[in-house]
Amino acid sequence: MIAEASQARIGRRTLMGGTGLAVAAGACMVLRVPQAAAADAAPMASAASWPIKAFAQKTQADALQALFGSVTLETSPKVALDVPEIAENGAVVPVSVDASALSGVQMIALLVPDNPFTLTAAYPIAAGTAPNISCRLKMAKTSNVIAVVQAGGKLYATTKQVKVTLGGCGG
Amino acid sequence: MAHTIRVRAIANGDTVQVQSLIQHPMDSGFVKDSAGKLIPPHYIEVVTFAAGNKTVFTAFWGPAVSKDPYLKFSFKGAKKGDTLTISWVDNKGMHDSTTAPIM
Repeated sequence: MIAEASQARIGRRTLMGGTGLAVAAGACMVLRVPQAAAADAAPMASAASWPIKAFAQKTQADALQALFGSVTLETSPKVALDVPEIAENGAVVPVSVDASALSGVQMIALLVPDNPFTLTAAYPIAAGTAPNISCRLKMAKTSNVIAVVQAGGKLYATTKQVKVTLGGCGG
Repeated sequence: MAHTIRVRAIANGDTVQVQSLIQHPMDSGFVKDSAGKLIPPHYIEVVTFAAGNKTVFTAFWGPAVSKDPYLKFSFKGAKKGDTLTISWVDNKGMHDSTTAPIM
């Protein structure tokens, strides 16, 4: 299953040149490792699991529908979103989400509705992993940042606006 | 693409806090180069962190994650001396992985 999906994915990218093909072959090998290797091998990143549809959406509703299959958000103070009020440089906006107040968190997603693509990052939370993450995002212009947390089959969210004085998506 | 991953994993009681920095251009596909041509999108799609044979954290990224992406998270179920394996794959099929001891 994993190998099949990765094959399809690399097939989609055969636009690549000679060196690219060599790299693609390398990726194939890596992606096959989980299948071929012994059970004690560490799992490797596989592009097959990437939610390609969700990342291609340009509106909040479409991205949420593609990622979670639902668009209903419940604003909740249990989702703590830490973003700067003003970002001088939209290319590097530090974002932290802490949903430790919620139990059974399955996924944390970060949406920036005014970016060319709404979904910026999604973090599936494994059992035993704290629903508390920090990363850095690019923002094209002043926009809301929405932290969406999936827990117990519901979507909880907190929205904060970040004022961007210099856009991070070029143009 | 060797040595693109820097990671620090520190055990504190039963919780391991992980901070990682990956060297990657994370080109969004909207930026033009000095000749006015669009730089094609080139970004990491999936990052996987594994302790032993168990995936403890996965990141799905789009082109709007900053260049040289930083990530911080914590998990339970590993101890000092265990090995953390980090791997990523990008939209061009490039990939890298490394291991780091939990300190």
